[in-house]
Amino acid sequence: MTNPLLKVRGLKIGATIYPPGEKSRDIEIVHGVDFDLAPGKVLGLIGESGAGKSTIGLASMAYGRGGVEITGGSVEVNGRDILHSGLRDVRRLRGAEVTYVSQSAAASFNPAKQIMEQVTEAAIFQNKFSRQDAEARAVELFRKLGLPDPENIGSRYPHQVSGGQLQRCMTALALCPQPDLVVFDEPTTALDVTTQIDVLAAIKEAIRDTGVAALYITHDLAVVAQVSDHIMVLQQGAMVEYGTTDQIINAPKEDYTKALVSVRSITHEEKQPTATPVLQVEGITARYAGTNFDVLKDITVDLHPGQTLAVVGESGSGKSTLARVITGLLPPSAGQITFDGRTLTPDLATRPLEDLRELQMIYQMADTAMNPRQTVGTIIGRPLEFYFGLKGAEKQKRIQELLDEIELGDGFQDRYPAELSGGQKQRVCIARALAAKPKLIICDEVTSALDPLVADGILKLLLNLQKIEDVAYLFITHDLATVRAIADSIAVMYQGNVVRYGPKSEVLSPPFDDYTDLLLSSVPEMKLGWLEEVLEHRKMESAGN
Amino acid sequence: MRIPLAALIGLFFTGLFFAMAIFAPLIAPYGMAEVVGDVWEPPSDQFLLGTDSIGRDLLSRIIYGGQTTIFIATAATALSFIIGSVLGFFAAVSGGWVDQSISRFVDLIMSIPTLIFALVVLSVMPTTITILIVLMGLLDSTRVYRLARAVAVDITVMDYVEAARLRGEKIGWIIFRETLPNALSPLVAEIGLRFIFAVLFVSTLSFLGLGVQPPQADWGGIVKENKEGINYGISAALYPAYAIAVLCISINLVADWVLNRTTSLKGGRG
Repeated sequence: MTNPLLKVRGLKIGATIYPPGEKSRDIEIVHGVDFDLAPGKVLGLIGESGAGKSTIGLASMAYGRGGVEITGGSVEVNGRDILHSGLRDVRRLRGAEVTYVSQSAAASFNPAKQIMEQVTEAAIFQNKFSRQDAEARAVELFRKLGLPDPENIGSRYPHQVSGGQLQRCMTALALCPQPDLVVFDEPTTALDVTTQIDVLAAIKEAIRDTGVAALYITHDLAVVAQVSDHIMVLQQGAMVEYGTTDQIINAPKEDYTKALVSVRSITHEEKQPTATPVLQVEGITARYAGTNFDVLKDITVDLHPGQTLAVVGESGSGKSTLARVITGLLPPSAGQITFDGRTLTPDLATRPLEDLRELQMIYQMADTAMNPRQTVGTIIGRPLEFYFGLKGAEKQKRIQELLDEIELGDGFQDRYPAELSGGQKQRVCIARALAAKPKLIICDEVTSALDPLVADGILKLLLNLQKIEDVAYLFITHDLATVRAIADSIAVMYQGNVVRYGPKSEVLSPPFDDYTDLLLSSVPEMKLGWLEEVLEHRKMESAGN
Repeated sequence: MRIPLAALIGLFFTGLFFAMAIFAPLIAPYGMAEVVGDVWEPPSDQFLLGTDSIGRDLLSRIIYGGQTTIFIATAATALSFIIGSVLGFFAAVSGGWVDQSISRFVDLIMSIPTLIFALVVLSVMPTTITILIVLMGLLDSTRVYRLARAVAVDITVMDYVEAARLRGEKIGWIIFRETLPNALSPLVAEIGLRFIFAVLFVSTLSFLGLGVQPPQADWGGIVKENKEGINYGISAALYPAYAIAVLCISINLVADWVLNRTTSLKGGRG
């Protein structure tokens, strides 16, 4: 066997935390991780947030983020121990032998410099290439990564290319100095699915063509399955399972891995529409003040009581704006909304309390949706007090009932949001919405900020509550897997238009319009070779046209 | 809970000064305007800090002066905070033309130098303590308004404020229950700073002869009364100046500590 390129043994990483009001203390966030990476191979690191994926990735370039310290173990690159070598050696390593691709390319590029200058900087600084050679190499990489106009794109500034293109530029940046190892830290997480697939394909091809080894960090098992040779599953800083991609996907051994593989396996029977919809949106057109284009164009959808309408689309398609119009935060320029047989006034301020009560909302970021200075009891108790005038023991009892309903139980009433986990926070937000006994809850990307297993729990809870409370959901999401799991009807939005709308079974079965086809085929599937299949399929289609 | 040394020092002196202000008649060895000795006597057992330009006991003057200065500064700070933060939050939560008109009016006031504005007003109005307090409170409230509005604008875009609006909450709830608790820590720190500026401002006015009128004592006034003494090597004017400096520094130390303590997301309890 050849010598491994990257050899990690007993890696321990610690951090100092500063709990408010208490003395700072040291905690261990990675508890002794071992792995090898052979030249030219790709290892996927997968786990939930807080699993230590990124920390391990950065440790392979001998770097610890602010407050993080590598406390034990060894990391060898090309046979050299990089943790105990001096800063001068580490500097020669970074940007030459090991390079890094971060999640947010937009935040990583210097907006004041041209792309070419930044892409070639490390290669020139490390004396790997002359300026001329480095630029020629960069153009070659731009071409390989499928960027438009590869000869000239380097002279643009970061804001002049799209998010997906910038992410590919960053991959070019990482590959330009001809490194032995690239650390990809969630390179496609911030992108729309339709963009993600292109970037993913470009990264995969570039890895294959340049023969570089890679650490691919992500929380999405379906994505990592497309690019890696081996996968390491991490949970809370410890390794759970390590194996070939094939074994992890098709024959996982550990329970935790099994759960990750089978995530989103919720099945939901589609309900038949009833006679009278609870919400009728008719011909809504809306624009933001001070702009000259319509964000929503003549939207018409219905939602039936106790059912779920999923509104799907990429960022910028107008999904959230539709929610703002329905809630009355943005009065529409045309059209009308009927809710429970009554016509809703366009402006929030003029709506009767009854309308406000029956139409509740849950947000994407549970962190900012709860006042950090109010306890869970106050947060859930306020709608009870406000709409129903409940007080004292009666209110306490109802709060506890609601907490039981969202499966949190005793001892949560006096906690502050900062003392809850991400999933618990979202549950409290659900309880706050339920407290008003609404007929309709608008769920705006409620699971997108959560880890897959936690998101699964939230979706199951929502479905359960729908059965008990008979509440309708308007479910806004960009994630088609979520849609499959919970929707009764679907509206696909694209650039402010509803391009496809109907019951789930119809929307998700052919014949598709172009956009829905693109969207559906871009959702990563948990199987090997999915990426190739899709690309092959698209090639054939475009050849056929 | 451990209080850092700097904050302890700050707390000690702040407490000392406020206690002296409150119990001035009990502590002061002589009356405020009582002539008890020669002009500018040096410190002695009888007069701990010596006497002033017309033979009054300097220590007693400083203790009574502290009472006046601290009272005016406290009242002016309180007034500026009530006006400034309520208007600031109101502007931020309302937005639109309400925000625009209040903000532009405040800009207008702020474009005139505070001291000049005060001098003009005081030269036409009678110089009573009430007028001093109201004037200083109003002038300072523009600064508080700026801060309160800036902080509140950041808070009102949060989802929990939107959630409260969607619930149908009135503007009072949004200001006092959703916005204020989250704006408290920068505001508390600002209280300290504004108080210091109020002390300095009232001292400046008195030093210029437009603030507290003799025979009533206040620190700026005592400096003014005794400033000629410096030419003869008499340090009487320096003691009230020290008092101003020590008070300002110690309040700053306390404000720093409070700011540190409250900027956690744990409901400010940490």
